[in-house]
Amino acid sequence: MALFKKTKPNEVEVPLKRRVGVPNGLWTKCEACKEALYTKVLEENLKVCPKCGYHFRLTSKERVNLIMDEGTFTENCGRLVALDVLAFPEYKEKLKKNQETSGLDDAVVTGEGRIGGMQVAIGLTDSSFMMGSMGSVVGEKIARIIELAIGRKCPLIIVSSSGGGARMQEGILSLMQMAKTSAALAKLAKAKLPYICILTDPTGGGVTASFGMLGDITIAEPNALICFAGPRVIEQTIKQKLPKGFQRAEFLVSQGFVDMVVQRKNMKETLVKVLKYFKPAEHN
Amino acid sequence: MDRLDFDKSIIELEKKIEELKKMTESKAIDFSDEILKLEIKAEKMRKEIYEKLTPWQRQQVARHMQRPRTLDYVGRIFEDFTPLSGDRLFKDDPAIIGGPAMFEGRPVMIIGTQKGKDTKDSIHRNFGMPNPEGYRKALRLVNMAAKFGWPVISFIDTAGAFPGLGAEERGQAEAIAKNLRDFSTAETQIIIVVHGEGGSGGAIGIGVGDKVLMLENAVYSVISPEGCAAILWKDSSKASNAADVIKMTAHDLLELGVIDEIIKEPSGGAHRNYDKTAAEIKAALKRNLAEIKPLELHDLLERRYQKFRNMGKFLEITAEAAGAGKAG
Ligand SMILES: [Zn+2]
Repeated sequence: MALFKKTKPNEVEVPLKRRVGVPNGLWTKCEACKEALYTKVLEENLKVCPKCGYHFRLTSKERVNLIMDEGTFTENCGRLVALDVLAFPEYKEKLKKNQETSGLDDAVVTGEGRIGGMQVAIGLTDSSFMMGSMGSVVGEKIARIIELAIGRKCPLIIVSSSGGGARMQEGILSLMQMAKTSAALAKLAKAKLPYICILTDPTGGGVTASFGMLGDITIAEPNALICFAGPRVIEQTIKQKLPKGFQRAEFLVSQGFVDMVVQRKNMKETLVKVLKYFKPAEHN
Repeated sequence: MDRLDFDKSIIELEKKIEELKKMTESKAIDFSDEILKLEIKAEKMRKEIYEKLTPWQRQQVARHMQRPRTLDYVGRIFEDFTPLSGDRLFKDDPAIIGGPAMFEGRPVMIIGTQKGKDTKDSIHRNFGMPNPEGYRKALRLVNMAAKFGWPVISFIDTAGAFPGLGAEERGQAEAIAKNLRDFSTAETQIIIVVHGEGGSGGAIGIGVGDKVLMLENAVYSVISPEGCAAILWKDSSKASNAADVIKMTAHDLLELGVIDEIIKEPSGGAHRNYDKTAAEIKAALKRNLAEIKPLELHDLLERRYQKFRNMGKFLEITAEAAGAGKAG
């Protein structure tokens, strides 16, 4: 499974070097164990540290390559860009800079394709764009991909990589995207279509508290931070250090809010297995 | 006791009027003319000062210790309120109250965040910041209301969902997410009243409904002005600047299409006249309930869906516009 195969013509090119956190040098230092790793070895290992198993963050593009059948993904739901409705300080500049560094219009990619031959609708938030925070564009495109799944009568997959939660720069409108996306998921549920939610590092705030916690089946990557209030906010509230592993994927499994932790190398086969349950009877 | 700077001159005058009234009563010296004059003056001051409040000042009014709490309104608007307790899963959360009551001769379900009336009560209520069990209790009551066909009235006054250890352990995010989803399809009328602070996820967690009404001096925001200032300028003392930036007043929200109606407060703010504020809320509830009552359930729910579906502003780049090198 090649993460970094040649880009298909229908895919948006996002050069690897634009990824936040992983320099494109010969060596990459593991953020967890501090081991200096050959960047090439790291990439071949799906950006998982061979020494300690730390999962580096992936872009939406890399994630698509990881889990979708090769050459089947097409972007849809239009091209939307954010508006600076509140005339918020430095928001326009921030958007422009993040568009340049990420190669994305905003912090979300939506599309259709196949996983193990099965047609799915998929939305992915991308932490390389303003920490994947949800403003009007993310909310709208997530709502559109949910409605598209309903229209196509196919399973929905959302991959979250949204440490930013609801995007401050769009104020109350960002908060309302939580209601919008959750209401759309209610429609999907009414249509009896499955929603598989994949939570990756980091997922926080208003994203966790909307589509992040509403999956029929919820899968997380190892050690992913998944929270409502961020660790620092809680430490300020309780005035003490948080226990090790608090708000990490494994903790959420033991607390009962996530079904399973799946290693990156097993993510696709897990999805293929799980999607089988939802195959329409006539195609069996 | 938190005194508001802009309120000081009004309070002084109000005190003077009280003194004169007492003297008139006890010493048989008649100050009636002076009292009348001063009352006109005080009324004018309250009007003028409160009309021109900045967003940051409104935030302070919204947080005022004497501002009416949810239960103050419940007692004045409804009859025969029966508070119910617990989420049937873990425990009761005193930060969220709820239960059936009578409104205009018909049963309704009330839910709402409840701040304390004094220090002891505030601690008991966790300063109105709910834990997951509070949100789950609210959903239990909404589902009960739907079962019996009672309209739901949800009162919002919270700084936010509690950011605590236990709240995270018990799934604060899951509790709020489920409420957002299930309020959106709950098969009964839901009216939201934001009457104090509408603090982010903690507010929207009981804030999805058919009508969203907001008191004139209430605020509703994705982040507190202090939090916003800390992120923007690494300085939470610049909260007053952040309050301007974040657009959190009732007028801002009406303009952004997030609320349906602003409920007038008595001059000088809700804390000066509980009865009058409650009467205004009651009238607004009556009117809005009458408007949505005749709707068929299917239409009601579709309208509720579209209401939130349409929130948000963005630019769509069409293929032609992209080809021409400009946004459409
Ligand atoms: Zn490592």
